[in-house]
Amino acid sequence: MLSYDLVVVGGGPAGMAAALKAKECGVESIVILERAETLGGILQQCIHTGFGLHYFKEELSGPEYAHRFIRLVEENGIDVKTDTMVLGISGDNIVTAVSHDEGITEITAKAIVLAMGCRERPRGALIIAGTRAAGVMTAGTAQKYVNLNGYMPGKKVVILGSGDIGLIMARRMTLEGAQVKMVCELMPYSSGLSRNIVQCLEDFDIPLKLSCTVVKTHGKERLEGVTIAKVDRNRKPIPGTEEFVECDTLLLSVGLIPENELSRAMGIELDSVTGGPVVDESRMTTHTGVFACGNVLHVHDLVDYVTLESQTAGEGAANYILGKRGEPAYAQTKGIDGIRYVVPQRINTHCDRNVKLYFRVGQTYKNAKVYVECNDEVLVSRTRPKLTPGEMEDILLKKEEIGELSAGAELIVRLEVQP
Amino acid sequence: MTRDIICTACPMGCPVTVELGENNAVLSVRGNQCKRGEKYAVAECTNPMRSLTSTVKVKGGVNPLVPVRSAKPVPKHLMLECMKIINAAEVAAPAAIGTVVVENILGTGVDIITTGSCPAKE
Repeated sequence: MLSYDLVVVGGGPAGMAAALKAKECGVESIVILERAETLGGILQQCIHTGFGLHYFKEELSGPEYAHRFIRLVEENGIDVKTDTMVLGISGDNIVTAVSHDEGITEITAKAIVLAMGCRERPRGALIIAGTRAAGVMTAGTAQKYVNLNGYMPGKKVVILGSGDIGLIMARRMTLEGAQVKMVCELMPYSSGLSRNIVQCLEDFDIPLKLSCTVVKTHGKERLEGVTIAKVDRNRKPIPGTEEFVECDTLLLSVGLIPENELSRAMGIELDSVTGGPVVDESRMTTHTGVFACGNVLHVHDLVDYVTLESQTAGEGAANYILGKRGEPAYAQTKGIDGIRYVVPQRINTHCDRNVKLYFRVGQTYKNAKVYVECNDEVLVSRTRPKLTPGEMEDILLKKEEIGELSAGAELIVRLEVQP
Repeated sequence: MTRDIICTACPMGCPVTVELGENNAVLSVRGNQCKRGEKYAVAECTNPMRSLTSTVKVKGGVNPLVPVRSAKPVPKHLMLECMKIINAAEVAAPAAIGTVVVENILGTGVDIITTGSCPAKE
């Protein structure tokens, strides 16, 4: 049986950053297991720019961002097994993986970093009536066809969902000669970044239809059109507002789901809002020695934040392997009054470091004040001119404030809208 | 006249208001939180520029395509014209990252460069 100090599951930006940080912190024996043929994860098909503005202070494309980390992984002599899929992880940290070349392999690990990323919500998860004609696919699938395989999935396109991938694909399909008729969004706002609304839709006069959804698909062999309808405040289609739109392709950009089959099978506690594991400030899950970072933990809007979070997880895993981690005494975090979730969900009160709490809001707020409280006492408060569901926010908790918390304390993160 | 735009210099997306005088002369910029925001707002009202990304065919590579981008932003109104040239271009494998595929596209002074690599097929 193979043996490593650290096994990283997933070779995307999260896995690579975690492995590199663990190496920097003194862990010698590390392996990254990657299901695809190459490292880089989904960045390889994200050929647009906008990556790295925070982390590298320059604007890179997805493959360029990935390339910088792939080179570092090579230079640091970190072992990589591509075309290798992890099938399961036992309770005592034995990783079972399968690959074409090596068959089934078992690897023992002192610590494991889960960095499997997320996947797109498929058509089956939506309730759209109609046939199963060809031409309906997720935006990410279309992105792979166009950017990696060189196929155009269609000529007349309707996009459902205004998340970033949907917006990016609206522009990409337009540049490659397709006619993108509209982007429909169920919610009264777009969850995409403002820059993508401007550069992917407004630049090409593509209409964004808010509070609107697809209720039916038409066509037998190939998609011939969709019926769209306006929705009410409860997101239910309003009778009488239906409209037929001719198209041969429907792209779905309707949400991302952290890919936690391995975590679930291990009995790791998952957060019902994020869909990812419950973690502490070092990103350790409820299973001792198993860490999680990146989109498997919660869906991020910027890869830069994935890198930072994964470095935290890599350092946490290194401290665990090197025996630098004492017995924790946890305080819990909880978001209320408009805060949908908070990561990390718990904080070791002995951690002796500043901790950033990451959170998302459920709707758009202007001039809101964010409070972190414990037993009705305000620890930190910050004013934000604008908060939107599409953009992750953070608030810093100083180590002195954490040190004064008692085990079992509940840290409440809440919003107050200023008049 | 004023124009409300969303700054896209970074993912913050600040709402910026630009006050314009005669001949689109910029009189004032409000709402931006950094210097880049001011620069973006002025450019957006006078000469909007965009980064352009796409793919180019690879001859004899393990992959059919390699990703490319404009080394610097190009004028917004030239994006579709640039696409015609990019779609006709081809590189030979092996292609390294940062290779110039189209030099000085449409006389803009901007090169189209690869943002990924592609090894040759064995």
